[in-house]
Order: sequence, then C-alpha cells, then structure tokens
Amino acid sequence: MADRVATMRVREADSKCAVIEIAGDVTSACDAQLEAAHQAASDLGAQGIVLDFSGLEYMNSGGIGMLVTLLVRTQRQNQRLAAVGLSEHYQQIFELTRIDEAIVLYADEASALSALAVGGAA
Amino acid sequence: MTESSETPRDAQYWAKKVDRLSVSEDPKGVGYNVEGRRVTGPQQGFGRLWQRQYWTDLGDAVSPEDLVADWRENFGSYWPRTGVFHGSLGRIEPGDVAALQVGGAYGPKMATGIIVVYADDESFTFMTPEGHMFAGMITFSGEPGTRAHIRILLRTNDPLWEMAWPVMKRKEDVFWAGTLSNVAAAHGVLDSVVEEETECLDRSRMWSHWRNVRHNAGIRSGLHMASAPIRAVRVK
Repeated sequence: MADRVATMRVREADSKCAVIEIAGDVTSACDAQLEAAHQAASDLGAQGIVLDFSGLEYMNSGGIGMLVTLLVRTQRQNQRLAAVGLSEHYQQIFELTRIDEAIVLYADEASALSALAVGGAA
Repeated sequence: MTESSETPRDAQYWAKKVDRLSVSEDPKGVGYNVEGRRVTGPQQGFGRLWQRQYWTDLGDAVSPEDLVADWRENFGSYWPRTGVFHGSLGRIEPGDVAALQVGGAYGPKMATGIIVVYADDESFTFMTPEGHMFAGMITFSGEPGTRAHIRILLRTNDPLWEMAWPVMKRKEDVFWAGTLSNVAAAHGVLDSVVEEETECLDRSRMWSHWRNVRHNAGIRSGLHMASAPIRAVRVK
C-alpha cells in the first residue's frame, strides 16, 4: 500500500452537471485532490455532480470519510450528488457504511444525469 | 454496476455487508443495544458534523505497522476504566461486532457497541449502531513517525445526545487521551503528550432524523437496569 495514487478528472457533462472521474487508490490522502475537483466542477456551474468510480482500484475507510465531507460541501452549495461505475465490491461497501443512502448509485452516467436533471439524487 | 472477476486489493480489509448487527461474543449479556440494530454513519445522525482528532507521538519506540498490530491485539486493555470493551479474545478483525459499556468508573454504565468495518496493517475503523451517542466512524491508525492517531467523524445520534454534547465532548477528551496514554505507555513512552483538534464540518442539524431518539442507548440502558428485578423473577 506504499504507492497510493489517485487521479481525478473533471469534465462538463451538460450545462448543469459535471462528472468527476475518480481512478486509482482512494484514501484520506486524496482529500485535497477531491476538494480541488469539486471546486473545478463548481466553477463549471454544476448543480449536479456525478462521481464516476469506473477506475477505482482501492479504497480504505479514509476514502469513505472523504466522501462524507464531500457530501457536506455539495449540500452547502445546493448541489446534488450521484455515483456510477462502482463494482459489486464497492457497491457493498457503500451499502455497509450506508453512504449509498446519501449518494445515490446509478447503473450508468446517462441514468445518473437524467436523475440529477429531475432532482432525483442526493 | 460494473462487474469484475478480479478480487480487489482491499477486499480482505473490509467487513462483509450486514443489514442488522449481531454481537460476535456476548457472555455477559450486554449486547442488548446492539443486537438487531443497523449501522449508522455520520449521514444517518442528527447533530452537527464534527471531525475530532487525537494523537500522540511515539517516535522510534515502535513502527506504525507494529503499533497497529498491537493495538488490534490488545484494543480493550488500552481503554481507561470508564469503559469496558467486550470484544472477542482475538485481535480486531473486519466484521467483528462488539458490545461495550461506557460511563463512570464505578457507577452504572451505558451499553452500546461497535462494528469493525475496516482493518488493515496501518489502520482500523469502527462504526456505531443505532442508539449510540454518535453516528460516526472512528479510525485508529499508526502514522509515519510513529504517531498513534484517532480520527472521529461524527454527528450525535439524536436530539437528547445533541443536548448532552458539551458534557460528552469533555468525557471523550478524557477517554481518548487516556487511551492514547495507555497505548504509549505499553510501548515504553511514559511521558507522552496527547494533542487534540476539533473541527465543525457542518453546523446544520438533521431534523428529519430526530426520531433516532427511539433507539437512544442511554434511555434503553436505564430501562434495562430498572427492569432487571422483573427479569430475575421471570427466570425463577
């Protein structure tokens, strides 16, 4: 676990939503990276943010804690949050920690963007 | 959702998903506020969201990995006398559900518990059941240096616990500082200094969760103690 590297790429999905592609190893060490990614998404004017975990390779409990703080930041800015691309393993971790009740999981990006457009996500 | 045939690198460190908690070992019958309860994270709590951190530097007395290995092995024995950890006899493992009692050193104690949701060579994390004072995550880690570190991300679980927060906060300070001093002493550091940092991450209260009070472990522990004579008569 010595080399913990995560990459976070932000892109505009449509005029109201942004996607943060999260890849690699997600731990509490990524907090500044995620905060910067959230800021970049906010600068795009995003009212909805989709977290794309397709490239996620490793996550510890610090990663879940980081998502809790991201959730607070988005709520403060009246943004909605959704997640896609979680493998069954990570989906179960979201359910175990009950963060899936706050960050709604979708099968794909299109579904998440549709839900965010009608206010269906957290 | 994405399907993958490969086992993720972190799979062995996470607990399996559970809907309701069941205490691993409960010979003293103190798991009544844990059995059948659900896990609660900060997003299920009621009060303000706090991040609390406690740490003490151990220098080269022990490596971070050896510190965490020892902490997992002897977790309950490092608690101050105001708490009793009724964990399994072995080391802390992902998925363990343990009952615990907290309160005065000699007075009545409140029964609650934890589940170990994550444990690796560098850290381990507990989450709390419904009714516990806090809905949150508590991570114990060995940081490079070596530093014994406790990070708590929490909301109080219901309005009653939120009212009691000023008192609980001080008790937590004493409890976790005592724990870290005991950990340090076990590794030969007798003059350890415990530092603390508290940050309020969200001042808003989750009023939609006020009904969490129905699980309040303090009230239920009181009722359990008060009804002890009735249970004793029924057993006879």
